[in-house]
Amino acid sequence: MVTMAVQIAREPDGMPLRTKLTRVERRRKLRAFILVLPLLLFILIGFALPIGRMMFNAIHDDTLLTLMPRTTAALSAWDGKDLPDESTYAALAEDLKQAWAQRSMGAIAKRINYELPGLGSQITSSARKASTLSAGPYKPTLIEINPVWGRQDVWSLLKRGSLAYTPYYLLRSVDYQYGPSGQIVASPPETAIFQDMFLRTLAISIGVTALTLLLGFPVAYLLATLPAKYSNLLMIMVVLPFWTSLLVRTVAWVVLLQQHGVINEMLMALHMISQPAQLIFNRIGTMVAMTHIQLPFTLLPIYSVMKTIPPIHIRAARSLGAGPFYAFWKVYFPQTLPGIAAGCLLTFILCLGYYITPAMVGGPNDQMVGSFIAHYTNEELNWGMASALGAILLTATLLLYYVFNKLVGVDRIKMG
Amino acid sequence: MRHSINRTRLKHTDSHDLDHAREKLQSVKKEHGDLMVGGAAPAGEALGQGRALMSGTNSAFVKFSDVQKTYDGETLVVKNLNLDIARGEFLTMLGPSGSGKTTTLMMLAGFETPTNGSILLEARSIDAMPPHKRDIGMVFQSYALFPHMTVEENLAFPLKVRRLGRSEIEPRVKRALERVRLGGYCKRRPAQLSGGQQQRVALARALVFDPKLVLMDEPLGALDKQLREQMQIEIKHIHADLGVTVVYVTHDQAEALTMSDRIAVFNDGVIQQLAPPADLYERPQNAFVAQFIGENNQLHGKVVAMNGTTCKVEIAGAGNVQALAINVEAIGRPTVLSLRPERVQLNPTPGTLPNIFSAEVAEVIYLGDHVRTRVSVCGHNDFVIKLPNSEGLVQLEPGAAITVGWKTEDCRALDA
Ligand SMILES: Nc1ncnc2c1ncn2[C@@H]1O[C@H](COP(=O)(O)OP(=O)(O)OP(=O)(O)O)[C@@H](O)[C@H]1O
Ligand SMILES: [Mg+2]
Repeated sequence: MVTMAVQIAREPDGMPLRTKLTRVERRRKLRAFILVLPLLLFILIGFALPIGRMMFNAIHDDTLLTLMPRTTAALSAWDGKDLPDESTYAALAEDLKQAWAQRSMGAIAKRINYELPGLGSQITSSARKASTLSAGPYKPTLIEINPVWGRQDVWSLLKRGSLAYTPYYLLRSVDYQYGPSGQIVASPPETAIFQDMFLRTLAISIGVTALTLLLGFPVAYLLATLPAKYSNLLMIMVVLPFWTSLLVRTVAWVVLLQQHGVINEMLMALHMISQPAQLIFNRIGTMVAMTHIQLPFTLLPIYSVMKTIPPIHIRAARSLGAGPFYAFWKVYFPQTLPGIAAGCLLTFILCLGYYITPAMVGGPNDQMVGSFIAHYTNEELNWGMASALGAILLTATLLLYYVFNKLVGVDRIKMG
Repeated sequence: MRHSINRTRLKHTDSHDLDHAREKLQSVKKEHGDLMVGGAAPAGEALGQGRALMSGTNSAFVKFSDVQKTYDGETLVVKNLNLDIARGEFLTMLGPSGSGKTTTLMMLAGFETPTNGSILLEARSIDAMPPHKRDIGMVFQSYALFPHMTVEENLAFPLKVRRLGRSEIEPRVKRALERVRLGGYCKRRPAQLSGGQQQRVALARALVFDPKLVLMDEPLGALDKQLREQMQIEIKHIHADLGVTVVYVTHDQAEALTMSDRIAVFNDGVIQQLAPPADLYERPQNAFVAQFIGENNQLHGKVVAMNGTTCKVEIAGAGNVQALAINVEAIGRPTVLSLRPERVQLNPTPGTLPNIFSAEVAEVIYLGDHVRTRVSVCGHNDFVIKLPNSEGLVQLEPGAAITVGWKTEDCRALDA
């Protein structure tokens, strides 16, 4: 039996079939790999690496560790109860002198200023004075130079700096921070803006997604069922926005919706309103402009799924006794769900990242997480906060995707 | 007698499978003969019954009355259709592609509106009745099973629409599935079934709500030959068991001949002939039917004399032929003589037949149970003779000179 099997599996030239198969397979795989290699490299360099770097930046900050090496080393033994001892102050004086000489005091001050706003300039000035000190005792001298060096919260911040990793930026992104003695506390109301901002981002995204679905579904249905003569024209109208830049479209909405814009003028001329309505630089403007931009993204996947549903199904349902609405609801609509899921997921995820449109047509209370990320990267150069917000956004998106996959199943989605 | 008709009335008698299937069908017809109009009755009687149906309005279950249909306002796809269908009848619409069969079925189901005329169901006009109120089961060529529902849910659909309770739906679905021998498949989705199984589900779904009338539009078109024959038997069984009225559309004449009580041969939007299968084969009323059903020799000639039911036809350059005057206009008019290949006798004794002509063998094809011989006679060289492979079969060689002859009753003079 065994010998027979071996004989069958062996070709005349003595090489086992399995080996041959593996070799052919390997060659095939190699060819496939070479074909995707350029794109793979591009994605790796242009996408995966920056994202990995961003996630890393969200929790990594070694400013204090590298710029104040002696102090952070001395603080590792500190219990955090009373002020540190004289040797730690001596280390601090050394670090301040060195930082002053190396002009790295600015970075230290900025880092401390993140967590203890307003202390940056005092720290810098104290370093200038400390640079002239030559002998101890340093503890009273430094506290006299600037009382910040006698503050518990400053020292607990420096102690946290002895680790290269910090949850500070992530905590800050969800409105938490460190208290004076290093415990985690809720941010004070005047700086606690991020939870609201995330909820707002979520609400606007859900709202826009719902609006695009509501407006897009009937049009998709029309597109899928109309004779080609009409549906082609309709399709051109649907994808027309893709041919103009996002900026142009957004500006067009400003023109339409502003105080004395086309819409207001028209409504006034029709005597439907007496005062111009505030249609822009608020939530209305944001939602309208975003819905307009996102409509094709929701509509097209739904359309492509509808295209695959044979019209005969409705007829079958009718012949089985279902009225027109019942047939549509029980037979047609369920078959469009994969398209609806795909379109809505696409729009929702794209909405989460909006910032140009809310910045142009929204008010201060319509800014989404994207605007904050842009603000921290472009204006404050606070990479930690920008990365932390980005990381939370990314994680939330992946989480939503995961939940969606569990509930609906991504394999049932059809993008077209 | 009936058996011999069935043996000869098919074009493809060379298939053992088909013979087998047909015999089974005959037994089904015999068992349930009482349920059908003209099913097991001799051909002549059934024809008489059919005629009686056509004259009496009250007895017709479905009545097409002067129905016309045009899609584009220019060409009539269905021209002046008058058709009565009896309760419990199995009526088949047979015809070439584009002859208006589906259109007729769709008008009956309510998916197309007649341009003119009206359709009566149980003597009540259904012109204004929407499809879902007609209570007509329909099996579509493409099955039209709902892909998002299981087999069970597909079958429950028409029952749910009718607001039946769970306790009533379950046993009915179970019974319907068992009827098509798919008892164990209720939890599957249509995509997980083979073509034949899907077909049976579609059949079960069209029957589960006990419709009075079931329409089937080429339901077996997508199946392979063997499966098709199995399904033909199953459909016939179900028809006989339930006593439901069936209107069946097919391209396949063998299917039409084996299954139907009556066949309506469609061409060009007109019913060319409406008759039981045997009649259609034995007594075609015009050249189209003669040509379309079974194999047929055609001789073109001119009427030279008419004598009651018979006539004399002159074939140019060959002499005169005695034929039945079925569909001839007048003396001097052209006509087509129709003659079944199996009714032609080889080398008849001179004087025993009214029509004897000399011929030359052109080709001999051996087909097992019979030999197909192509000869050239009366200036036609595509004249075919079928000789049963029985004792005393003469060995013919191409080029041999022979004589062929036939009875007057076997030769029908039809419209040119
Ligand atoms: N919806 C429609 N619009 C316009 N013309 C149509 C439509 N449906 C059918 N026709 C035309 O009507 C004629 C008859 O069509 P029908 O579908 O009834 O033929 P059929 O006998 O069922 O043919 P087949 O055997 O190929 O299914 C054809 O010429 C077809 O082109
Ligand atoms: Mg058809």
